[in-house]
Amino acid sequence: MIRMKIKALLMIPALLASSLTAHAGETVISIHEFMFSPTAMTVSAGTTVRWENLDGEPHTVRSLDATFKSDALDQNDSFAFKFDKPGTYRYVCSIHPQMVGTIVVKGAN
Amino acid sequence: MAREVSFDPARRGALKCLAFGGAGTLFTLSAGVLTPIDLALARNDGTGKAADTGIPLFLQISDTHIGFNKDANPDVIGTLAKTIALVNAMPKKPGLLIHTGDITHLSKPAEFDTAALMLAQLNITEVHTTPGEHDVTDASVTEYFSRYGKPSQDRGYYSFDHSGVHFVSLINVLSFKPNGLGNLGAEQLEWLEKDLRGRSASTPIVVFAHMPLWTIYAPWGWGTGDAGQAMSYLQRFGSVTVLNGHIHQVVQKVEGNITFHTARSTAYPQPNPGEGPGPGPLKVAADDLPRMLGVSNVTLKRHPAGLSLADTTLA
Repeated sequence: MIRMKIKALLMIPALLASSLTAHAGETVISIHEFMFSPTAMTVSAGTTVRWENLDGEPHTVRSLDATFKSDALDQNDSFAFKFDKPGTYRYVCSIHPQMVGTIVVKGAN
Repeated sequence: MAREVSFDPARRGALKCLAFGGAGTLFTLSAGVLTPIDLALARNDGTGKAADTGIPLFLQISDTHIGFNKDANPDVIGTLAKTIALVNAMPKKPGLLIHTGDITHLSKPAEFDTAALMLAQLNITEVHTTPGEHDVTDASVTEYFSRYGKPSQDRGYYSFDHSGVHFVSLINVLSFKPNGLGNLGAEQLEWLEKDLRGRSASTPIVVFAHMPLWTIYAPWGWGTGDAGQAMSYLQRFGSVTVLNGHIHQVVQKVEGNITFHTARSTAYPQPNPGEGPGPGPLKVAADDLPRMLGVSNVTLKRHPAGLSLADTTLA
């Protein structure tokens, strides 16, 4: 039950905007109805991004430059990656390549 | 239940999109001309004798998704077991089994092991496979290839001959370009051209891969971007059968001498193209599920030479 509530809260950012800036720590991208939400996210270096799959269908998170690579995430599985290097990281679900996302990592100031 | 579609040989070049999900339709492919026969009729009277007179060539099983446990089918092991029992009860069994991928749901070793134990219960000794994208999701892509990579020397594509038919196994699930379709790639296409070169145009050809080798619905990635190149190498053959899985429903079309066919899953159905947010498991009434799961059976006819294809559901 608590887990469900946390998930519901995590989904709120996705509803507010498609692009968000997060600060160091951990931030969550939900995978829901064959979409990464938010699709684009800007974080500062040192931030850990966690992807959580809410779909009954598995998904993966794979950056195009192979910086990060998850195994298949079943429903309620998650995958986390800490972004230390500034840059733009495009990623896809390798099971459903129509699902795309971008993480922009800004240098810590 | 069965859906009958009329094929006029004179019009066959113009035929584009044919049957959606008709259960129990038998397709007889003879010298490139496809003739559907209602399976119920085939059982009850003499009109469908082709179903029994050919040589059983191979059985296609697809999308077993061992490891799936959601509402759409909490018992994929049970439905695979039913499928196996159905095949083992067939009066004339083919010598080959072709699994067109998504053997497992999450590429986990235990899922592969369970699938192998179950498939070993089929009274068919020779097994050929091509992976689905669900079979290659482990970050190192080793689980599938350590078990099934030998015939292709871990490349994923290979060919073999059986009963005078040339079989080609292709792989189109290793590319994940954003918004992309399945992909064969230049190296595999070059190999295919060489593999087919010099073969007699009268040799029946069977090509199989997981994702459809024709575009069924691009927004969901239901197609293979460079499949056209592969088809250009196949056009000169008199009888080409292209078999895929991936979309968990029967869709078929004929272009010239090439018959394209996607098989049902043994695990769960998927929505019609474009219905809903994405190509995920489709929950249907429990009574309807067995009618949406099944296998395809291909028979070789000698006179005239050609293949016939029948889809069988669990109910």
